[in-house]
Amino acid sequence: MSPSPTVPTGAVVIPMFNEGSVIADVLKELSGRFRLLVCVDDGSQDESVSRATAAGATVVRHPVNLGQGAALQTGIRRALQDPTITHIVTFDADGQHDAGDAAAMVAHSEAEDLQVVLGSRFLGSSAEVPLARRALLRGAARFSRATTGLQLTDAHNGLRVFRRDAAEQLSIRMHGMSHASEILSEVARHGWSYAEHPVTIRYTDYSRAKGQRAYNALNILFEVAYHRLKPAS
Amino acid sequence: MIIKVLLVAALLAGAVTLIRGRPSALSLLVRRGLTLGVILLGVLAVLFPDGVTEVAELVGVGRGADLVLYALCVTFLFVTISLYLRLGQMHDRLVEMARQHALLEAEVRDLRGTQKASET
Repeated sequence: MSPSPTVPTGAVVIPMFNEGSVIADVLKELSGRFRLLVCVDDGSQDESVSRATAAGATVVRHPVNLGQGAALQTGIRRALQDPTITHIVTFDADGQHDAGDAAAMVAHSEAEDLQVVLGSRFLGSSAEVPLARRALLRGAARFSRATTGLQLTDAHNGLRVFRRDAAEQLSIRMHGMSHASEILSEVARHGWSYAEHPVTIRYTDYSRAKGQRAYNALNILFEVAYHRLKPAS
Repeated sequence: MIIKVLLVAALLAGAVTLIRGRPSALSLLVRRGLTLGVILLGVLAVLFPDGVTEVAELVGVGRGADLVLYALCVTFLFVTISLYLRLGQMHDRLVEMARQHALLEAEVRDLRGTQKASET
């Protein structure tokens, strides 16, 4: 652990829901690299909150389960309360992301003056990604390209960086799992400058068990289509 | 024949409501008006059952009971859509309220923590 953070003005937002068994390790990897670690507990029934607090994170507790999209929005709002924060990273609690990737993505955003940097597991080598998962995610990326016009290789990666100005404008209204698609349409709608950044995903038994069911893609499809038809209110 | 036009129009109106529906004074008025209308028509139908059959024949439905069933289906659809939209709005409000509660609670906990630290 380095004494001064490598990203002194960065905040990491981690939505967590019953992640007690892994959250401490995830936070250990991140701590020292970022100024602020915000864990948003989405109504966990386990020891997630105490583990995250003990690991030195700022914990915001939803009184009831609201969904991952809602948790991200809450965490982003908490991070924005600190005026020194310039970049906000979204990071999954299940340990599938790499803290080094997150720091590199913030550096990428700073170097090229980008408002958004999105992690992509397909930009580098995607050998790690299980075959069925790969097919599904490729399809999702194609869908996102077609509907948002963004040039993307990965559509549902939880690792993202938002520069402060983008984070302030971001409004996630899809509280459940469809927020990944919604974030992309927000990028397109606001015309934010963006880039993808190659990241590695650790597919552990834990993250696999925690991951979404493939058929949930259809639910997301419905929700995205519905929101697309509905005028913004 | 006329009933076909009416039913298709009603179903399409349901789809439009689902997509465009939003709370407004007009939609509230429409909802109240429809409720009142249904009650009045119900009373009339009970008092004059033959009248229902006459109306049914007028729009091209064989029996009055069939017309009532069609009306029930359309009403059910609209009630469902309207409840769905309202539940969505309520959920949005719940999320916002819970979020503010969560942020406030975290702030209070933070303050208490720093207070304790300064006391010792």
